[in-house]
Amino acid sequence: MKKNIILAGVGGQGILSIATIIGYAVVKADLYLKQAEAHGMSQRGGAVESHLRISDKEIHSDLVPHGRSDMIISLEPMESLRYFPYLKPDGWLITNITPFVNIPNYPEMKHLLKEIKAHKNSIAIDGDAIAKEIGSPRSMNMVILGASTPFLEIPFNMLEDSIRAVFGRKGEDIVQKNLDAINRGRDFAEKYIKK
Amino acid sequence: MDKLLLLGDEALAQGALDAGLSGAYGYPGTPSTEIFEYVQHSKEAAQRNVHRTWSANEKTAMEEALGMSYTGKRALVTMKHVGLNVAADPFVNSGITGANGGLIVAVADDPSMHSSQNEQDSRHYGRFALVPVFEPSNQQEAYNMTFDAFALSEKYKTPVIMRLVTRLSHSRAGIVRTKYLNENEIKLPDNPNQFMLLPAFARVNYINLIEKQELLEKESENSKYNEYHDGKDRSLGIITCGLGYNYVKENHVEAKCEYPILKICQYPLPRKLIQKIVDECDEILVVEDGMPVIEEWLRGYLDNCLKIKGRMDGSLPRWGELDPAKLRTALGLEPYPIKEVPTIVKGRPPELCKGCPHRDTYYALNEAMKEYGPGHVFSDIGCYTLGFLPPFNAINSCVDMGASISMAVGAADAGLFPSIAVIGDSTFGHSGMTPLLDAVNSKANIVAFILDNSIVAMTGMQDSAVTGRVEDICMGIGVEKEHLHIINPLKSHHEENVKIIKNEINYNGVSVIIPRRPCIHIAAKLRKQK
Repeated sequence: MKKNIILAGVGGQGILSIATIIGYAVVKADLYLKQAEAHGMSQRGGAVESHLRISDKEIHSDLVPHGRSDMIISLEPMESLRYFPYLKPDGWLITNITPFVNIPNYPEMKHLLKEIKAHKNSIAIDGDAIAKEIGSPRSMNMVILGASTPFLEIPFNMLEDSIRAVFGRKGEDIVQKNLDAINRGRDFAEKYIKK
Repeated sequence: MDKLLLLGDEALAQGALDAGLSGAYGYPGTPSTEIFEYVQHSKEAAQRNVHRTWSANEKTAMEEALGMSYTGKRALVTMKHVGLNVAADPFVNSGITGANGGLIVAVADDPSMHSSQNEQDSRHYGRFALVPVFEPSNQQEAYNMTFDAFALSEKYKTPVIMRLVTRLSHSRAGIVRTKYLNENEIKLPDNPNQFMLLPAFARVNYINLIEKQELLEKESENSKYNEYHDGKDRSLGIITCGLGYNYVKENHVEAKCEYPILKICQYPLPRKLIQKIVDECDEILVVEDGMPVIEEWLRGYLDNCLKIKGRMDGSLPRWGELDPAKLRTALGLEPYPIKEVPTIVKGRPPELCKGCPHRDTYYALNEAMKEYGPGHVFSDIGCYTLGFLPPFNAINSCVDMGASISMAVGAADAGLFPSIAVIGDSTFGHSGMTPLLDAVNSKANIVAFILDNSIVAMTGMQDSAVTGRVEDICMGIGVEKEHLHIINPLKSHHEENVKIIKNEINYNGVSVIIPRRPCIHIAAKLRKQK
């Protein structure tokens, strides 16, 4: 088993929480993990990325090699495209489609969607809308994580356990909202694959 | 024991705690900050009362750590690579005094300058000061090495550098804690003159330091961190260190290469191992994440003895952090197919947060400066450096901690009017007070803004050394009360603030304006505390 994942988004959207949830499950499953994060200057509303590598064998590089990522999980549509050079030709692109517009020259949404859909294996999901539906706008990141779970090869219940462990100290309500979010994301992706 | 999922920074910190650390000293700086923060938030550190308060700057931190080492206890000092420039005076001299209790200088370099002004390589400092360097290649090594670094430090009475790079500092992996050592008791140096660098003693210590090098080299030759991996294909031998080793291995395993590899993670260089790989292989590839330090030494000035590939002949890029793809090319392997970034993707630089007090300060400053045109504002290192970007375009320099005030003084001396400095509260505490003293002494015609958001924001909310005391410090330095203003950087105070700034620009002397409003990331917390 070996998975290379690029997590993408804008500083403050919650990519590190995704990494924490996956990381917790991976350590419980006694697999190897390396996760490179962006800190400091790059956090302030700029583009952020995190490289996540999971394997049953020792992992050497902390960085995902170019052209070798199995998956891009992105919390923002334009950011999902920024890391194309890492993605395998048949890798999965899983992205939120609500744009985070904080630059004057942000491209038109229809052009972004065209590029996303042009990639063979892509799942475009409105994570923000789903998170609002379940009454927890801040759980958008967990919706997107949910949409990636069919391809993660980590048992889904282990990810649910991670959510309980990581969000536990914030109270049962927050845990439940995040569990709803990851399940909604997963349902969306599964329906999409079946189509 | 359970695996802990730790950043490279945190693994080093946990290692230091488990190896009997008595005091951590440091100043925040990406990518080193999390080493210190880990100690600061550790329950064990609290129980043992390990020292863990941020210092005013890297120089004071280094000296405080040296003081703890003097007593025989184990000390850790943390900083980013450019911080070692600030601490260079005590650091280089600590090579001459040597250590008593184990002393680790943990320095995090930033190849590719993700959050820095340069990509200087701290291994140069190790060689310069004749101080051994450990360079972990992964998180577990960062943990393990602290034990060996402290032991080596005490055995040879020398400080030891532990060099990290961004990708290790900020990358997480599972680590296993291995053992637990008690802290040292106080035991002053056997030689009462060890820390006495009067020239007569300094000469003796320096000779000792030079003589120690041979023994340290032997330690490197026998170190478990310097490994020779034999390989069948001797057309190429690879000398690599730190993280470079991982990128070599990544490609080696995938492409089933069989070149001999010499992994170096402890310096001074292991001469015999280098001789061995050079003798056995036709050509040498040097792979270093940072500057071509080993490569330069191997090539020598005339570069006419060995066939060497690396950063200096273009086999690898001359600068910037390494990655697996760069190594693939250097090893002559076919690159993987790459999907290009679509052209519609635009850059998204970091920005000042919505509601940030610096925004309002810059709006006011820009308006007051409108009549003078651009080119008058010297700035510093911190969130407010983002005031360079649109829509503000408010500042013209960012050089090093404290340089805003000193450069404004120099420019004012030359006749630039107005000459403005913009510095944060913590940066002022770090290195801004002494240039302000110069300004007062020479009656320089400057306006210094000390942006007081009550925290070190850029590196992630560390305590600022001068919180609540900025105006007292300024007056103590000799700034005149009538030309010291505390303003509230808010839209509702804009007109009033612009007026104050304009007035002070027209005062011929030192003016200090302190826009004071907490960083929005701590504002809610501060309100609760009240």
